[in-house]
Amino acid sequence: MDICKNKKNNSINQVRYGCALGAFHSVSAIPGAMPIAHCGPGCVDKQYMSLGFYNGFQGGGYSGGAVIPSTNLQENDVVFGGAKRLQELIEASLKILKADLFVVLNGCIGELVGDDVGAVVDQFQKQGIPIVNAETGGFKGNNFIGHEIVVKAIIEQFVDKYTAAHSQKQKGLINVWSELPFQNTFWRGDLAELKRILQGAGFRVNILFGNNSEGVEEWKNIPKAQFNLVISPWLGLSTAKYLEEKYDQPYLHIPVLPIGADQTAEFLRKVVNFADHNKQKAEEFIAAEEKEYYYYLEHFTDFYAEYWWGLPSSYAVIGDSAYNLAINKFLVKQLGLIPAKQIITDNPPERYRPAISAEYQKLDTDVSAEVVFLEDGYEINALLENVNYGHRPPIIFGTTWERDTTKKLGGSIVEVGFPASYEVVLNKKYVGYRGALSLLEKIFTTVISKSA
Amino acid sequence: MKKINLNMPEVEVRENRLGSITGFQGNAEELVKCSGSGKLCDQKRSFSQCLDCSISKAACMVTLIQDAAVICHGPVGCASCLHEFAFTYRVNAPLRNVARPTQRRIFSTNIGEEETVYGGGDKLAESIRSVYKRTQAKAIFVLSTCAAAIIGDDIESVTDEAEKELGIPIIAIFCEGFRSKVWTSGFDAGYHGIARKLIKPAEVHRKDIINVINFWGSDVFTQWFAAFGAKPNYITPYSTIDSLSHSSEAAVTIQACPTLGSYLGAALEQEFGVPELKTPPPYGVAQTDRWFRELGRILGKEEIAEQLIVQKKAEYLPQLEKIREKLKGKLAYVTAGAAHGHALLSVLRELGLRAVGAAIFHHDPVYDSNTDEADALAQTVRDYGNIPNYNVCDKQEFELVNMLHHLKPDVLLARHGGMTLWGAKFGIPSLLIGDEHFSMGYEGLIRYGNRLIEVIENDEFVKNLEKHTINPYTSWWLEQKPYTFLKGEG
Repeated sequence: MDICKNKKNNSINQVRYGCALGAFHSVSAIPGAMPIAHCGPGCVDKQYMSLGFYNGFQGGGYSGGAVIPSTNLQENDVVFGGAKRLQELIEASLKILKADLFVVLNGCIGELVGDDVGAVVDQFQKQGIPIVNAETGGFKGNNFIGHEIVVKAIIEQFVDKYTAAHSQKQKGLINVWSELPFQNTFWRGDLAELKRILQGAGFRVNILFGNNSEGVEEWKNIPKAQFNLVISPWLGLSTAKYLEEKYDQPYLHIPVLPIGADQTAEFLRKVVNFADHNKQKAEEFIAAEEKEYYYYLEHFTDFYAEYWWGLPSSYAVIGDSAYNLAINKFLVKQLGLIPAKQIITDNPPERYRPAISAEYQKLDTDVSAEVVFLEDGYEINALLENVNYGHRPPIIFGTTWERDTTKKLGGSIVEVGFPASYEVVLNKKYVGYRGALSLLEKIFTTVISKSA
Repeated sequence: MKKINLNMPEVEVRENRLGSITGFQGNAEELVKCSGSGKLCDQKRSFSQCLDCSISKAACMVTLIQDAAVICHGPVGCASCLHEFAFTYRVNAPLRNVARPTQRRIFSTNIGEEETVYGGGDKLAESIRSVYKRTQAKAIFVLSTCAAAIIGDDIESVTDEAEKELGIPIIAIFCEGFRSKVWTSGFDAGYHGIARKLIKPAEVHRKDIINVINFWGSDVFTQWFAAFGAKPNYITPYSTIDSLSHSSEAAVTIQACPTLGSYLGAALEQEFGVPELKTPPPYGVAQTDRWFRELGRILGKEEIAEQLIVQKKAEYLPQLEKIREKLKGKLAYVTAGAAHGHALLSVLRELGLRAVGAAIFHHDPVYDSNTDEADALAQTVRDYGNIPNYNVCDKQEFELVNMLHHLKPDVLLARHGGMTLWGAKFGIPSLLIGDEHFSMGYEGLIRYGNRLIEVIENDEFVKNLEKHTINPYTSWWLEQKPYTFLKGEG
């Protein structure tokens, strides 16, 4: 599997992602899996405080935050190597902590001084212990890249052991690769909704991350799936291609996360067509969901059509490509809002950028949007201040970093990405049928609260 | 032994400078004795969970200066959490009368694989220029990181050259995580940079200014110092580069927490002639008496101190009895950084609770002032007696979980993120207060006491959560002695 690379860039202000090691969150996101960090003393804490705490206050849970074993490498280890310390740490972790899978993540120090983490982990693997090793030095890229490294490591070193040669694929079973856990503040609710709608349409779903995943057991079933479903502009694509080669599994790439009834129905039909599976069940589900969705939408319309103090008509989205594209699609196609400027901040690998930009050219039959790739907060905010939003203040979908600029513009802000320090998030979702309703609630509560 | 040397770019880490340790099990009296006799040996753990690091602590002290900019020279992850200080700055601004808290200026040089091969010095130099151009900051701090140190970037030369070019202080702070297990070494690193490059020798000595080294605690000192005809000069959160540079003019330096301010308090005294108030901060009645008396003595205003003590005690102590009645005999466990942990141990015992144990993040056998007078642990032991199960434990959750499982206290008092959670999971009401001045002085005891009663009475959430908690620790571990993995000399 080709691990992606971020585009190389200059120094940045107002950081909008973690480092590759931050992908230990992807391990914590798998029920029953436990990260073990081979890194400096503050590395895990920093990634947790940024991604897990001051980002929706998501919390650490079973195997996140302060639970995570770490070698906390010191000067001595930098000079003489830290492999021995890691071995000791793994031995103790196996006694102290309960987990079905351990994932060792190597950080900057281990990688730079050349600790052979693979060899250490290999000894444990040989004893039949479910443990894998991922080389996630922070300088290798951001946590999106780290996520791909971790996923590949788990498949290659763990899942693969449970794969009988030419094992039978199960029709209707899907592996879903979508949002980046914890980085996307709303990933838990979103993945639950994705699983719910796919199940509703008649599929069985390996959602792989989050509370609705069956955990490590589910990962073992990855090779049995009929196909891989990538629901994001780029993250997960290299995993899907890797699985295609490895297990002869086809994949379906849908770049736009579905938000709202139209998008979700279109999404489900694409999946059903690709799978050639139980069309009738899917149509029944869509009909039932639409009945519920439009019940609420109809009541909402009293407000939407009659709120005579004015609602914003133009918007900008500043965020990771997955949410950026999805929210754009929803705002344009469902609410008829006018896209002002769209800024993608997750530093997608160069090779995916033309395809992502192209999606913004066809937001609707007659609507396209200007999109730029930027991660530097200074440039982002400078750009936002100089956009023509028309005669009414805009609504900004962004992060905590955009609050000052939004105030300057007299607009409203909905925090939809890292860092979202002014959101407390439990299972809130913004995708699918139910997520669209909570997004509508959030948008218009924010807008009308401005005068409160 | 002189611990301050402003000619060196780096300050020695606490392990070497103060003999600080991060592992100990026993009781408080024993630890005080060992510290005094120089018999303190660190112990290391063969199992450990993630710690904090010096970078965050240095960042904390420089990011919150109103008109500075901060560049973290390293991979992006070392800076990705710094938005927590942008958040803190805003949340706490009202407590410090900052009406319009501005955006914190936080940058990362974002070094990647290429710089790990060819070096990141050029990128740093370029970043400093662009940060100055963008922010017009009054000073720029550059934080070093593990990766930058390992690849051997010469940060000091880059910052020196940038300083010549730009004409503002560009201050290198050496705070690589791997240098120290005692993350408070990062505070020292931040202060060292400030003392070396920002604080100017005093041209005037002012009797009306008192340096306060603290975090973001509420402004209690304006009122307290008014009686002495003085005003606080807060260092460093919410200060300005200008106010910091004049810290040398103050009549005295006080500290909210000597674990935090040890180095700068001593540097201001030894290098700039500002006396440091060395007795531990005013937590608990007896210590508050001593603290005001000592402040009065240094300022030459003993009578005012006596009047203030009498007046404040008359106002607040009568309320204390009622609070003590409600809290009497409750069992408390404390987990916190060193000096503030000692402060909480004084406060809770003053309020009538019993300390059943403590997990304190590290121990400094002596502070930079090099005097027994400053020993806050000795003070709380003298004033309120010994503390059993007093352990030095640097945020090792597995040890805390094991301890709480065995000790089953009525309340958990904490001062740091990441630990209070387990109180709740065990159904133990827990209290974490970010404002370090909250329990200070006589009035602080009343405030904290009332808050504690509220917390203990309102245990519905934690009692319910306890029934549904999932525990990642094995039952084998919970039945072991809590310090099974603490072994030998480090």
